Amino acid sequence: MPPSTDLLQGTLDVLILRTLAQGARHGWGIATRIHQLSQNVLQVGQGSLYPALQRLEYKGWITSSWGTSENNRRARFYALTAAGRKQLKTELQQWDRLSAAIGLVLSPKAEG
Amino acid sequence: MRNMLHEWMTRLRFLFRGKRPDGLEEEMREHIERLTEMYLERGMEPREARRRAMIDFGGVKNTLEQCEDLRPGQSWDKLQQDLRYTFRVLRRERGFTFVAVLILALGIGANVAVFSVVNAILLRPLPFHHAEELIWITGNFGKGSMAETNFRVEAWDAYRRHNKSLQNVSGYIPYLSLGETKLMQSGADPIPVAGVWVLQDFFSMLGVEPAMGRQFTESDAVKGAAPVVMLSDAFWRNQFHSDPRIIGKTIRLDKDTRTVVGVLPAHFDFGAVFVPGATLDYFVPVIPEDVKDWGHVLGQVGRRTPGVSVEQAEAEAKTLLPNLRDTLKLGGVTDYEPAIVGLKEHVSGTLRRPLELLWAAVGLILLIVCVNLSSLLLARASSRRKEFAMRVALGAGRGRLVRQLVTESLVLSGAGAAVGLALAYAVTMFMAHNNVGDLPLMSTVHVNGAVLAWTVVLALSVGLVLGLLPGLKIKDEDLQETLKSQGQGRSAGHVHGKLRTILVVAEVALACVLITSAGLLLRSFLQVLQVDLGFEPQRVSSIRMDYRPDFDNNNPSEQRTSKFQETVRQMQAIPGVQSVAVTDNLPFEHGRSWDLSAKGKAHKAGDDLDVMISVVTPGYLQTMGMRLRSGRDFTWDDQARGEHVIIINQAAAHREWPGQDPIGKLAQGIGDGDTRVVGVIDDVHETSAEEPASPSVFVPVSQDEPTKAEVVMRSTLPAQVLAPSALQRLRAMNPEQATVPLKPVQGLIDRATGPRKFFAVLVGIFAALGLILASLGIYGVISYAVTQETQEIGIRMTLGATPERVRTEVIVRTLKIATVGIAIGTAASLVVAQAIRSLLFGTSAGDPVPFVAMVLLLLGVALLAGYLPARRASRIDPMAAMRSN
Repeated sequence: MPPSTDLLQGTLDVLILRTLAQGARHGWGIATRIHQLSQNVLQVGQGSLYPALQRLEYKGWITSSWGTSENNRRARFYALTAAGRKQLKTELQQWDRLSAAIGLVLSPKAEG
Repeated sequence: MRNMLHEWMTRLRFLFRGKRPDGLEEEMREHIERLTEMYLERGMEPREARRRAMIDFGGVKNTLEQCEDLRPGQSWDKLQQDLRYTFRVLRRERGFTFVAVLILALGIGANVAVFSVVNAILLRPLPFHHAEELIWITGNFGKGSMAETNFRVEAWDAYRRHNKSLQNVSGYIPYLSLGETKLMQSGADPIPVAGVWVLQDFFSMLGVEPAMGRQFTESDAVKGAAPVVMLSDAFWRNQFHSDPRIIGKTIRLDKDTRTVVGVLPAHFDFGAVFVPGATLDYFVPVIPEDVKDWGHVLGQVGRRTPGVSVEQAEAEAKTLLPNLRDTLKLGGVTDYEPAIVGLKEHVSGTLRRPLELLWAAVGLILLIVCVNLSSLLLARASSRRKEFAMRVALGAGRGRLVRQLVTESLVLSGAGAAVGLALAYAVTMFMAHNNVGDLPLMSTVHVNGAVLAWTVVLALSVGLVLGLLPGLKIKDEDLQETLKSQGQGRSAGHVHGKLRTILVVAEVALACVLITSAGLLLRSFLQVLQVDLGFEPQRVSSIRMDYRPDFDNNNPSEQRTSKFQETVRQMQAIPGVQSVAVTDNLPFEHGRSWDLSAKGKAHKAGDDLDVMISVVTPGYLQTMGMRLRSGRDFTWDDQARGEHVIIINQAAAHREWPGQDPIGKLAQGIGDGDTRVVGVIDDVHETSAEEPASPSVFVPVSQDEPTKAEVVMRSTLPAQVLAPSALQRLRAMNPEQATVPLKPVQGLIDRATGPRKFFAVLVGIFAALGLILASLGIYGVISYAVTQETQEIGIRMTLGATPERVRTEVIVRTLKIATVGIAIGTAASLVVAQAIRSLLFGTSAGDPVPFVAMVLLLLGVALLAGYLPARRASRIDPMAAMRSN
């Protein structure tokens, strides 16, 4: 098991939103998807995943409904709402700005 | 912003849906299931795979609780839980709940009631359109009698036209006796009514629109205009049965017939603002041309142009009015030296300090209530320590316990506030209806939005203070230890005991301040009552006899004199009446003033020549109990054609004939020619008991016109016997005599001392309340201490301590607490006494009597409060005490 990286709450939120942008998923699916996409670097603490999902739902960014999973088991699926989509867009823009800025500071060129 | 709105809407939706998210646990179990499968696929043992999955996931319960905390509405659920628990606890401890709510209701109720009064009189603007622009304009630097501070109509007219800082200047004639007349009705006795003469644009300047009909207009105020009248709402309702077609009808006021042109709105109360304690029925327009020769009769109210300050308006008036006086040759020296204040300041300015004091006093009461209850709650908190320790052991956070305590105290203070509000509502209704204290705007006192808001603020702050104090104590203690220990937790009990002792000391000190202030105010009030008024109002009553100068004075003075002589003779014949006279001016009424100067005396410009004038019949001095120092009273032989004579008071004698005997001297200014001084009386307080007597002159009714006729009678008969026979005799002489009440002269003085009495009594009530609460506090602490130490006392008694010794010790301990409180309180009282010095009369701020009385009172109450637990302590049965626990 790779060491889990502690995720800032806000970061976890945006990761979840991003994952759901590709379609509805259940909790397990979200966790494994984040794990895969990050090439096994990011391990979502299960203890924080579900509170995060609750929080996002209360904020109105995602909705949940019960359905049947790929292996025919009952599971709760989470999907982005319109507000969630908008939120994701702003968060991504912010992230781009921030990472670009951090990139500038950390790049070797900055040392000269 | 939109996002936030969206979020709140979603939260609200969840809140109202109210359900916990279902299946959360199932979802998590499923997650663990998957994790287990993953580990199985990697070839782990089933048991090991499951163990790893569980470890990876962390606690399901924990996560569930985290999710629960996020749920909107969960705090609402917790609150419901706390509330349910609170109600259970409070129901269980009914006695405690009852006492706490009662004390809180008294404290909060008193505060709310006083706030209603403060709000109506001090805080709220006057009930007029843009009331802050209204100003009150007086002459003679704003000091002296009405005759000195009022204006002549010419002066008003010129000032109105020439000033540049006011939108308008209007006013009214504050001599209410002008409007005291009778309403003639067909088929019924005439009834007395009260009215005011106002300038025609007075109501429109105030921004008061008639509820029915129209305002007065300029054409109503020209000489010879058809007589019109406006009615007050109450008068229209009661006397004309809310006649919707009253406009255009005529009413008869004494001998005048007037057309009703308007009815004023119900919310407009002229008396409340301008004449505290009076109820006015009707209003008539002043016809300036008719009152030109009446002298200084106009009270002026102006409206500032926006942007002009009161000071600027006054600065302008200070140059403008003396100029106008000179141009118009109005005479009078200081009468046109104006002082201008905001109308609000004029109406309630003098009440500012007393009301602030009252507010502070009632605030102290609330403080004492809080201290008292904190002490009660602390005692309760220590007996509840086990309960709290148990709850902590079962997993309640400390924050949750504090929250529980705050919920409890908020429920208590909320209940107290609700009961207090009801009390305050009743009290303010009573005060407004009865015009208690004859204070201005009193009739407008009621519980309104501001008062409700204040109640909520009080309830919340009291609740928070009461809850947080024991709440913080809880945090300090080691609850686990408490749970383990079997006994009472002696050390913690002592900590509580100490804190409670400090609270009680504070309570005693606060009560000291209240009692001393009340004592000083009460003593001032008694001093005012002790003032030698120069006459004896007891057993003197007056009845208003129909008499109008404009009709009755067309008769020659002989006829007038014989009419009064006959009246006096008739009334004197009533069995039980000792003496009777007629006057046109009773003490403590708004008198009129003329000039008086010793004949031949040179006067400097600026000399004050004003004297109060009363036109009286022979026997007036004797009836009123005024004391003749030298000379003689008038007799019926002082005839119109004989030498004109006057009686003066000492103040007038000192001013005009300093160092001489004025008897036989000639004076000028009264009537047309010279008048001879035939008598000097001791000074009579004409306007107020608290101010020095002003120079006064008495003129016989045969030699000058009275403005009205008050028949004064000295009699031992009770009013209900005297009134009908007096009225009957007046009516026998004049069938049209109005049905007027018999008024005790003492009533006039009571009205003048009303505000002082009002404040003294209220502060006295609060002091009594403070005293009771403080004694309860002392009793509570000592009694609790005795209970705590039952075992110890038992041991000591077994070892030979006598009951007397135990008793003495408890009492000494009580007195120690009281003494410390009194010492601190005395120091604070000295400071407070200095602050309220301006409200005292004939009493110095350091007057020892209230201080000594306060110390004795508090020590006495402390003794009593300590004696009861002391007796209980001395009766402890040592054996029983040792066995218990």
